[in-house]
Amino acid sequence: MADTARTIIDKIWDAHAITTREDGQSLLWVDRHLLHEGSFLAFDQLAAREARVARPDLTFGVADHYVPTRNRDAIVPEIRGMVEQLVGNCAEHGITLFGLDDRRQGIVHVTMPAQGLTLPGLIVVCGDSHTSTHGALGAYAFGIGASEVAHVMMTQTIWQKRPRRMRISVDGRLPPGSTAKDIALTVIARIGTDGAQGHAIEFAGSAIRGLSMEGRLTLCNLSIEAGGRLGLVAPDETTFAYLRGRPFAPRGDAFERAVEDWRALASDRDAPFDREVVLDAASIAPTVTWGTSPEQALPIAATVPDPDRVADHGSAQAVRDALAYMGLTPGMALGDIRIDRVFIGSCTNSRIEDLRAAAAVLAGRRAAVPGLVSPGSSQVKRQAEEEGLDRIFRDAGLEWVESGCSMCVGMNGDIVPPGERCASTTNRNFKGRQGPGARTHLMSPAMVAAAAIAGRLTDMRPLLAGRTP
Amino acid sequence: MKPFVTLSTRACPLPVANVDTDQLIPARFMKQPRSAGYGAFLLHDLRREPGNAAAVLDDPRHAGAQVLVARRNFGCGSSREAAVYALADHGIRCVIAPSFGDIFASNAVKNGLLPARLPEEQVDELLQDALVLGGGPIEVDLPSQTIRVGNKVFAFEIEPVWKTQLVNGWDDIDMTRSYAAEIERFAAQDAAARPWAAPAG
Ligand code: SF4
Repeated sequence: MADTARTIIDKIWDAHAITTREDGQSLLWVDRHLLHEGSFLAFDQLAAREARVARPDLTFGVADHYVPTRNRDAIVPEIRGMVEQLVGNCAEHGITLFGLDDRRQGIVHVTMPAQGLTLPGLIVVCGDSHTSTHGALGAYAFGIGASEVAHVMMTQTIWQKRPRRMRISVDGRLPPGSTAKDIALTVIARIGTDGAQGHAIEFAGSAIRGLSMEGRLTLCNLSIEAGGRLGLVAPDETTFAYLRGRPFAPRGDAFERAVEDWRALASDRDAPFDREVVLDAASIAPTVTWGTSPEQALPIAATVPDPDRVADHGSAQAVRDALAYMGLTPGMALGDIRIDRVFIGSCTNSRIEDLRAAAAVLAGRRAAVPGLVSPGSSQVKRQAEEEGLDRIFRDAGLEWVESGCSMCVGMNGDIVPPGERCASTTNRNFKGRQGPGARTHLMSPAMVAAAAIAGRLTDMRPLLAGRTP
Repeated sequence: MKPFVTLSTRACPLPVANVDTDQLIPARFMKQPRSAGYGAFLLHDLRREPGNAAAVLDDPRHAGAQVLVARRNFGCGSSREAAVYALADHGIRCVIAPSFGDIFASNAVKNGLLPARLPEEQVDELLQDALVLGGGPIEVDLPSQTIRVGNKVFAFEIEPVWKTQLVNGWDDIDMTRSYAAEIERFAAQDAAARPWAAPAG
């Protein structure tokens, strides 16, 4: 075994397997367990068994899903109750919580990595499918359901079957204006929302290496939308530089020792992958979704598909259904789709670089439609304000609000009204995701900014001419 | 957990691909404790969408059906176990589809709900079967991994571990507790081997 070439996926797995049963299930050690308001269902299971959280020192909570982004002093009782439940449960079990008034509050997948809680080689779990985000740092991170959350709380372990391994390589240089979001949407359109089912994904290739940590976070965030169990990027100098000095990251000698271990995580040269997907970075254009599944994505210059030209009956039906819900006609140019509002936020695209990219397009211009900008964490919010980005958004006519899941999920008060169309930096264009009857188009922050100005979907590249993104 | 061995019931045909967990239960309904019951929220918005296939849930011919037949990638999307609660509390004990979202399938098993995988063509056949469409009888046998409709028999797939768990109604936590000594030993060794893994601060 020692001289067999292994992928980073196998290396992390092997380092965490406490025992493996005959049926192939391994009991894995969990290094970080992240909680949010939705974890109440698991706390209820714990209470029913009169059990305790085994390792509160490895468990961290944050209020994000239900927190209001405006008027935090006048929260409706139902929502306040959701946050208070989390506060009570964390206090009872001695769990560190980044609550509403904590400077570290933010979306779990934005604030935890920024705090240095996510490290290369760790197993990170959370009752949220976008936990895959943390793979950007070279962590093995995946979302779990409430029963599994309760299991991790009680045992600090989880039963898993070794996933198949997929490598998605993106080589070459991304064209100006194309971002990690466009890579992800292009991959999902190509392999489908179930393309990576049963697989753990390693993102590799020169274009991935060239991404900033924030770009990698966006990319890994969306691996769940390709059906992947998780997505990760092997740690490198970008990762180490990002982590150095973060509050919960190792310090001094411990950090240097860690970097040595982290370097050894990279997949061995001949490590076998069960499936390989290769993309040419140069072919990736700014991309938007037109339908009700993230796989229904196309470059902005394309036209809405015609179900009559789709050969397979089931797929044609899916296209027809999506077009009816989205209120679109076959063959119309994506650039002719008028929008009612925009949203910049969510664990996919709400970090400082995302806000800077949107602000670069919006600076000195007015939005033709209303919109909301919700930074990914209170820390990102403060930094953006120091840089004056909030003024750019406000001057453009957009609302600058507090940090939370906000309009990504339609459960905290921020929603897109029925029938309205929203250009959004989020991750799911599912029917009703942003509110009942809401129509969502997914795209990068700069593309949302451009859509805000034009009042319709549009290519942001001309708007960026002569500006620094 | 209630063991799942055989099921003799009726089926609801839902000929839709990529039924995501946001459809199974919209997020706004997830604020209440499990004991309050989630059945009324199952496919809440789709059922009310004009002409949507999900209206089948309210068709009297399929009342009391404990099996749902759907197309590929059922339960994709969020990790919300509430999607399984909605199905289970509505009375569904088995979903038949060509493929399932990974987290959904795992959540299903933990709640005694069988995610049965059948090849795409066979799901199509079921979705067009007069007996299924008319709310006729269907039988699911987990030990032999078969589904019977009229005189047709289909062999379905399920992870062996999940099958064992479902048939026995096993609970993970009790099983894991029997490994307490191994876990403790691992934690001690690991703390020495990866000192940097503990959160600083
Ligand atoms: S921002 Fe959206 S996708 Fe991300 S954790 Fe919150 S609800 Fe989930």
